[in-house]
Parts: sequence; structure tokens; C-alpha cells
Amino acid sequence: MPAKSGSNRRPETGAFFQRDRPWHPPALTPNYKTSVLRSPQKAPLSFDNTLSEIAGPVFGHAMLGELDADLIHNFARPGESALGERIIVYGRVLDERGVGVPGALLEFWQANASGRYRHKKDGYLAPLDPNFGGCGRAISGDDGGYAFRTVKPGSYPWPNGPNDWRPSHIHFSVFGHGFAQRLITQMYFEGDPLIWQCPIVRGIPDKAAVETLIATLDMQSTIPFDARAYKFDIVLRGRRASLFENRLEGN
Amino acid sequence: MAKSLDRLKESPSQTAGPYVHIGLTPNFCGIGGVYPSDLGATMVNDKTKGERIGLRIRVLDGPGTPLKDALIEIWQADADGLYNSPAELRGAADPNFFGWGRCPTDMDTGLCAFETIKPGRVPSRDGSLMAPHITLWIVARGINLGLHTRLYFSDEEKANAGDAILARIEHRVRVPTLIAERKGDIYVFDVHLQGEKETVFFDS
Repeated sequence: MPAKSGSNRRPETGAFFQRDRPWHPPALTPNYKTSVLRSPQKAPLSFDNTLSEIAGPVFGHAMLGELDADLIHNFARPGESALGERIIVYGRVLDERGVGVPGALLEFWQANASGRYRHKKDGYLAPLDPNFGGCGRAISGDDGGYAFRTVKPGSYPWPNGPNDWRPSHIHFSVFGHGFAQRLITQMYFEGDPLIWQCPIVRGIPDKAAVETLIATLDMQSTIPFDARAYKFDIVLRGRRASLFENRLEGN
Repeated sequence: MAKSLDRLKESPSQTAGPYVHIGLTPNFCGIGGVYPSDLGATMVNDKTKGERIGLRIRVLDGPGTPLKDALIEIWQADADGLYNSPAELRGAADPNFFGWGRCPTDMDTGLCAFETIKPGRVPSRDGSLMAPHITLWIVARGINLGLHTRLYFSDEEKANAGDAILARIEHRVRVPTLIAERKGDIYVFDVHLQGEKETVFFDS
């Protein structure tokens, strides 16, 4: 699989902006109990990106199947569809400069409309939906845009506190152009009161940062009599122009 | 007040959670028929250039228990030290080597097995050649921001001694936390999340 940039733009080779780590949840968030014994305690080693961090794999549109971005149908029996509130999730992958990131691979996963995951580790008593698998993927277009169809995931209780419930959410995994941009996060839904009670969400120190993970209901992008729409933009690390940098050997 | 730079903030990270397999390796967790195979499951083919090696990686928590719900991604150069990426301007990488792989830790043993090739050397920012290395990115339930580190090779002592990144580690006693032990064609590497042997993680 030879690497292609997925656009006509000259590939950028500058280092990525330093990550604003206090904007992210710290490794140790004691109210999210599992983090206690899984959080590194020593300071990380900081250094400017080398080519190992600047470069990254490119996934071509050719790998996508017809139903990859349609979670309502990609696991359903022929002629059937997943149960639940039908929604479209769409938005753009941008970097911190506000530039669209084309060719970004997005992978998503979620619980079904009842709040149950199709996974042997999930013992919640809510039922599985035989027509819902819970995974999908897409590659962003030239302007960084992406979209997929799914059902709105349910909230569910989880073993942390004696009565903790996750807000409805969709997990997102995103590849940008460099491996240093690699990111996994979660999307929440506008108006969900559970967002502000969730120990995982509350690991994020800044309320403004949490708000960037809340998708907005967009009634102008619905499909009437079919699905509502939620808009969710994702921002990856920006990168410096390489104009004034010493060139890497061999350039 | 000075004019705004109009920058956006990176989306804050959230844990991959216990069901990361559903999204990233659905076939591994029994969700068949959506994708033909799990992405990153195979890294080499018959035509890939370079020395075949296996990696056996575990991720251990504070008390030393291997994580059974983690997922590891690796990213590396080809046998000549070239990345299969548009940002690689020094030449064309081996078309039979994508350079990226993904593996969930085994649900019983916590072991993660990659079959790949030994990478060549890649220059650092100052132009000196870094020792052969593989970039690791680790996510799991309880990990709020994906952990970035590197795997170096125990049989590259001389190259490791001159590596620009290893040289930056102030506490030299921690350097071995990044070096995988060669046993035949297999390199064994334990990532320690905490404790005396805590792996050096990166902020780059």
C-alpha cells in the first residue's frame, strides 16, 4: 500500500504544536477509579517531534465498505435495521490552525439504543439488538468533512461508584497526518444532564474543554421523517510551517 | 489586548474504555461481517524487505497485573529507515510494508503479539541517526490520554548508546525501560504503567 496524501496539497512536514496537556484529563483522576493503578506517575520525556512522530500512516478510501458509515444497517439482517432514535452525526476534522484535515480515518463505536454493548465484558441487563453491531468508520473528505448514520446510544450504569451512569456517548478514534496527532475521545449529546455528573467527563479540568465534546442538535441538517442530525467537529494538533526549520537529513 | 491568533484547541482526550475492541478490532471481539478483517492485524507479506521479528508486549498496571483490555498500536520505518507516509521526503518506502499495526492484548494472558520487520535507522532533528525503534501508542480503560513511547532493541547496544532521544533521559537507570530483550527472533517488552520500573512515556 504506497502512501498517498489523499489530496493535491503538498505534504506538510512541520512538527506539531506542543500538546496542551492541562487541557486534557490528567492521567490520575481518582473519581474514575480504574485510572488509579493505570496512571503513570513520573514526568513524561518531552522533545520536539522527530520524523517518527511527524510521519503517519495513510488509509485510502478504497478500504471502506459500502455500509461502513451506516451503523443502522452494517450489522443488520437484510431488510431490517437497528432499533432506536435514528440520527446522523456529521462534522469536520480540523487542526488547531482551523484548517480541514482531509483523508483522516475516523472509527466510531457505541452502545445500542438500550445502553448495551455487543461485547462479552458487558453484563448490563438491557438487551442486545440483533441488528446492531456498534462499529463504523469513515475517511474525511477534502475539506475534512465526515458523516455517518447511527442510532442514539442509551445511557448505562457502570461499576465505578455505587450508582454511576455514563451519559449517552459515541467513542471516536482519529488518525490525522502524523502519528503525534493520534487521538481517541468521546462525543456527548447536547442537553444530557448526565454529562456533568460523569467521573470520566469530569476528569477534564476545564468546562470549556468539555463543551467541545458535546455535539449540537442541528435541525437544518435532519432528513425529515427519517433522522435528526448532530454536528460534531474534532480538532487535532496543529503543525508548524517548516519554512524556517533546519531540514531533516536527506531533504 | 493583542489580536487573537484564532487558534482552536485540540479536542480533549477521553479513555478508550473497556469496549475499544468493538470500534478498532471488531472481528477480535466476535463482531463479524462488518469489516473483512481487523485493521493493522497483518504487517508483512512475502515481498516485504527486512529481517522478520516478533514482538511480545505486555502492559502492566501498578501492582504488576497485565492489562487484558488494552490495545497497542505500533508505527515504524521500513528496513531502510523510510516511513510509508507523505511526510517522508527522503525516498519511497517499501511498498510491501505499511509500517503500522494494531493489536489488542489477549483477554486471558494480556499478551500482544506483532509479527513485523526490524526497522532501519531514521534521522533525528539534528541529522544524527536514531537507533532502530518502533513507536508505541497504548490505550485502555483507565488511561485518559493515549500513552506514547518507543521500543528499542537489546541487540543494538552501539546504536542505542548514540540515540538522540535515549540521550535525553536524565535518570539513566530508566533507559532500560525502553529496550526490548531479544530471545531468538522474538523481542520481549513489558510496559510498566507505574512503579519502580515505570516506562518512560513521551510528550512529543
